[in-house]
Amino acid sequence: MPPEQQTPQPQPEAAAHRSETEPRWTERLHGLGPVIGLVLLCIAGTLLNGDFATVDNAMNVLTRTAFIGIIAVGMCFVIISGGIDLSVGSMAALIAGSVIMFINWAGPASGSPLLAVVMGAVLAVVLGAVFGLAHGLLITKGRIEPFIVTLGTLGIFRAYLTYFADGGALTLDNELSDLYAPVYYASLAGIPVPVWVFVIVAIVGGLILNRTAYGRYVQAIGSNEQVARYAAVDVDRVKILTYVLLGVCVGIATLLYVPRLGSASPTTGLLWELEAIAAVIVGGTALKGGAGSITGTVVGAVLLSVISNILNLTSIISVYLNAAVQGFVIIIVAFLQRGRR
Amino acid sequence: MTTFTRRLAFTAVAAAAFASLPALAAEKVNLGVSIPAATHSFMGGINYWANQAKKDLEKEHKDLKITIKTAANAPEQANQLQDLSTVTKINALVVFPFESAALTKPVAQVKAKGAYVTVVDRGLTDTSAQDAYVAGDNTAFGKIPAEYIVKQLNGKGNVVALRGIATTLDNERMDAFNAVLKNSPDIKLLDAKYANWNRDDAFKVTQDYLTRFKSIDAIWAADDDMAVGVLKAIEQAKRDDIKIIFGGAGAKGMVKTIMDGKDKRITADVSYSPKFIYDAIKLTAEARLKGEKLPATTIIPSVLITKENAKDFYHPNSPF
Repeated sequence: MPPEQQTPQPQPEAAAHRSETEPRWTERLHGLGPVIGLVLLCIAGTLLNGDFATVDNAMNVLTRTAFIGIIAVGMCFVIISGGIDLSVGSMAALIAGSVIMFINWAGPASGSPLLAVVMGAVLAVVLGAVFGLAHGLLITKGRIEPFIVTLGTLGIFRAYLTYFADGGALTLDNELSDLYAPVYYASLAGIPVPVWVFVIVAIVGGLILNRTAYGRYVQAIGSNEQVARYAAVDVDRVKILTYVLLGVCVGIATLLYVPRLGSASPTTGLLWELEAIAAVIVGGTALKGGAGSITGTVVGAVLLSVISNILNLTSIISVYLNAAVQGFVIIIVAFLQRGRR
Repeated sequence: MTTFTRRLAFTAVAAAAFASLPALAAEKVNLGVSIPAATHSFMGGINYWANQAKKDLEKEHKDLKITIKTAANAPEQANQLQDLSTVTKINALVVFPFESAALTKPVAQVKAKGAYVTVVDRGLTDTSAQDAYVAGDNTAFGKIPAEYIVKQLNGKGNVVALRGIATTLDNERMDAFNAVLKNSPDIKLLDAKYANWNRDDAFKVTQDYLTRFKSIDAIWAADDDMAVGVLKAIEQAKRDDIKIIFGGAGAKGMVKTIMDGKDKRITADVSYSPKFIYDAIKLTAEARLKGEKLPATTIIPSVLITKENAKDFYHPNSPF
């Protein structure tokens, strides 16, 4: 008897262990399609132009991915919960414009340019959170479809930026711009600041999604909202928080974006929403919600900017066809990912 | 092609119209202005100058009423043209079409109701739908920078170019640029890629140019907005081989840089001012008040802006 008793004991433990590791394992499987696509692309890029595989180029690509990547991490939560946000590009533009106007005003007014820049950066995140909160409230308490709410704010945000900019561009004053520039241009240990921020946001996002009760609720709501409600999940609160989280991500992306050009114009952030959504979906998250991964999203975002980088580094294809190449690659990667499921 | 053939066609059309209609006696002019919304700096300039024209001209002539409509896309512009014609009952129209083909029919309908039509910047596909055409000079827009770059580099060097959005207007500029370079075999155009008249895209494309080409003598940014992105990318890559950065259109920041001699890489620009909408409105309104017609085609010349004449192109109040 004792030997029999001993053997069943580890079994439930192993089962419990397996059920805990299982989502992570399937997740890795989901992430494999985009990874394969990315690896193939990088090989192609290196063959086409040796400069592709240099550290400088890799850093350029990762740095410019940072904006879309950070937004995509937030977008991942919203999409997994079954929502969507079409306004992120316009939101980024409006936040960028507001921050620039604020810093230009606060610099001379507060007498401390550094304080003005720091407060501007904080303002970016706060504005993002406030806009996200507004989305969340309209969608949950106002019971309007997220597609409609964010389609509305897409127009509203950009129109206000255009109005503030008088149709032209809002530009950071020179001295303040120099002070702010390191946030985009400086490097820590050879890696540019935006890439660090991107990595940190992705890790934190991954932890929230996979290791917290909140992350589970988000996935539960996305796969079946009714059941989640019956299971006493505060659906409205969780949903509102996903939009706030996305808003914060947009704020962070914007505070990194502003020092790049030191200006915001009505074309700032144009079509970022599509790029961010594409990064999430290419990365293996289902558009209908329920499941998804941050790793996949990060790979998806990098993949998208690698395509245009390779196209810029070569001239074998007519420039008129650039968009078509991007389309083909996205569809092929989506296909690879489907095959791996 | 074809300014010439176009001009010929217009003259014929205008002559025919002139013969069939007796010149209208001075009457109240109800002028409609239909322009794209301010979605980028250049259109911001168009909007600014259109409103400026309304302010100046309505003050000057009390028989003149100007209604400005801005549209976000071609279908919206078509609807607004209908409204201008049936609700506002305009008898003269200045239109900056979103795109040539899609707006031809709607403009023709306005004209069929008796309004005098001046088309600005982008020609219609059927020129009988317009009475007059006022435009900037896209050929000079490409030719002047090419000539300047060839001269500054003494006929030898590597050039990269940025392009706007794939349109006939962009093609005309690029073709003119290429035509000049063809005569200087030692000037090599390494590549020309689209950056959509957008600062961020210009930044990325330039970064990749700098990765790809180890020696670049001149960059034709082809737009002052794009030049902003180009400058930032060069600054980041810490490259000092680039001797000339040539923008285009004469945005106020760029003109100021030239005027003050702030950057030795930026010593010239080519004018393509959104102010031509002001000229078009003024010419149309004043001609119609007198019951006259405009020449079938008016080309607002694009000229080289250098330190000497920069102050004539500096409009600090305009958003562009």
